[in-house]
Amino acid sequence: MQIIQSLLNGILLGGLYAMVALGMSLVFGIMKLTNIAHGDLIIVATYICMVMAVQFSGNLLLAVLITICFMMLIGFLLQTFLINKVLDKGPEPPLLVTFGISITLSNILLLVFGADARYIPNTLKTINIVNTEHFSISAIYLLNFIVAIVVICTLHYIMKNTFFGRSIRATADDVTTAELMGVNTKRIYSYTMCLAMVISSIAGLLVGMNYTYYPSTGTEYLIYAFGVVVIGGMGNQMGILLGGIILGIAQLMGAYFFGTGYQLLAGYLVLLIILTIRPQGILSKATRR
Amino acid sequence: MTNDNVLLAIDKLNVHYRQFQALYDVSVKIKKGSIVSIIGSNGAGKSTLLNTILGINRPTSGSVTFMDQRIDGLPTNRIAAKGLSMSPEGSRVFPNLTVKENLLMGAYIPQARKNKEAMLEKAYDLFPVLKEKSKQEANYLSGGQRQMLAIARAIMAGPKILFCDEISLGLAPVVIKDIYKKIQEINDEGITIVLIEQDVKRSLKYSDYSYVILKGNIVMEGKSSELPVEEVTDAYFGENKYAIY
Repeated sequence: MQIIQSLLNGILLGGLYAMVALGMSLVFGIMKLTNIAHGDLIIVATYICMVMAVQFSGNLLLAVLITICFMMLIGFLLQTFLINKVLDKGPEPPLLVTFGISITLSNILLLVFGADARYIPNTLKTINIVNTEHFSISAIYLLNFIVAIVVICTLHYIMKNTFFGRSIRATADDVTTAELMGVNTKRIYSYTMCLAMVISSIAGLLVGMNYTYYPSTGTEYLIYAFGVVVIGGMGNQMGILLGGIILGIAQLMGAYFFGTGYQLLAGYLVLLIILTIRPQGILSKATRR
Repeated sequence: MTNDNVLLAIDKLNVHYRQFQALYDVSVKIKKGSIVSIIGSNGAGKSTLLNTILGINRPTSGSVTFMDQRIDGLPTNRIAAKGLSMSPEGSRVFPNLTVKENLLMGAYIPQARKNKEAMLEKAYDLFPVLKEKSKQEANYLSGGQRQMLAIARAIMAGPKILFCDEISLGLAPVVIKDIYKKIQEINDEGITIVLIEQDVKRSLKYSDYSYVILKGNIVMEGKSSELPVEEVTDAYFGENKYAIY
């Protein structure tokens, strides 16, 4: 019954992938910015989390809260003083700026922490919540999935029911008209980046608890995020969860049928197929403007 | 016209789009509580004037004074917060927000947020169809309903002055009549209104004072009831009128 185990792990892993992609999807959906530095920002959060976990003798909740504060500050400063300045200058300058941020961040990490593999120590990795003869559910995988659902639902609630969320969506729809309503759209962009950083901090913690990481791991997660966003549709939160799950299942099914060496390839093949038949993403409507 | 009666004064405004000059020394005074129409053909500079007042375009020279404060040079969101509202050309509702969410966006500025529920009721009273459709996305509204939504959204802010950019564009005559009736109701509550129109007769009928704009110049102004339709039409078309007839 190995296949059930693979399927189950794929779904739960999808939660982690959704978390990794959510911030990127949010930023793209609101300000049409492809944030190349997204993966590196997640890994920066992972490193901060690791340091904080050591400071607070393994209290991960406290560590992630402090990390969120740090990352919000970093996101706000980057958006306000770098990205906002180039956003209305066409598509290439913002792309180059985020590319520059990406290189800078990964090299700062290399300088401070060295090139060694790290991971955030935790006991969840060794615990199985459910243990039957056919399959088992590991605590850390279940945590990934639950956190993803909680974060996505919270984000959905904020976007639907608060003045802040509505103004974000209005800005995404029509910048000039949002300004006419009294919305400072540049400020909204900065806050959106902060929101993306809150999500990325949590994603960073999960990444560090699940896998080992290096200063250069960011790029890998950037590609996962791209994959999920392409599958799920740009700027669509529910689609992101679905996209994460599809990517997770595709990878683990690939590993099951063809061997572990094919895990990543299988994920990208599914991505390619979806890109061919539904380029707008699974849950997005074709053209809405 | 005494000075404290003037809500908005535009003085010698010049606006350029790169090399092209869109407005030449435009001066307009808008009295508190009045309905003023700005009449002109396509490309005469009506929308440019409005966009400059609201800070979407920047003037090259001249001033815009609102309640004795210079507002030219301020960013659009700060101008909006001072009580200048606009129903933009082509309605520009937020397509992915529901009707109610669109209206709530209208009450975004701090002083409007406090009594948003009361304003919502008022907007629904003015345009009952919006209440029926309140949970629908604005994307699915008809042209007339979108226009109503844009106007209702603009008054949600509790503005001192409301700019209506071509609110009759592409609508059926019955709908236009209905919308103009509502505009008068809004004016009766003390909100000053600026109408931008292409239709000469309609503009004169629904306004107190009119300006005619041609190729970026104010070529005629006067009380709407005293301006003869023929002369306004001549001014409207300028020397090209025979080419059109």
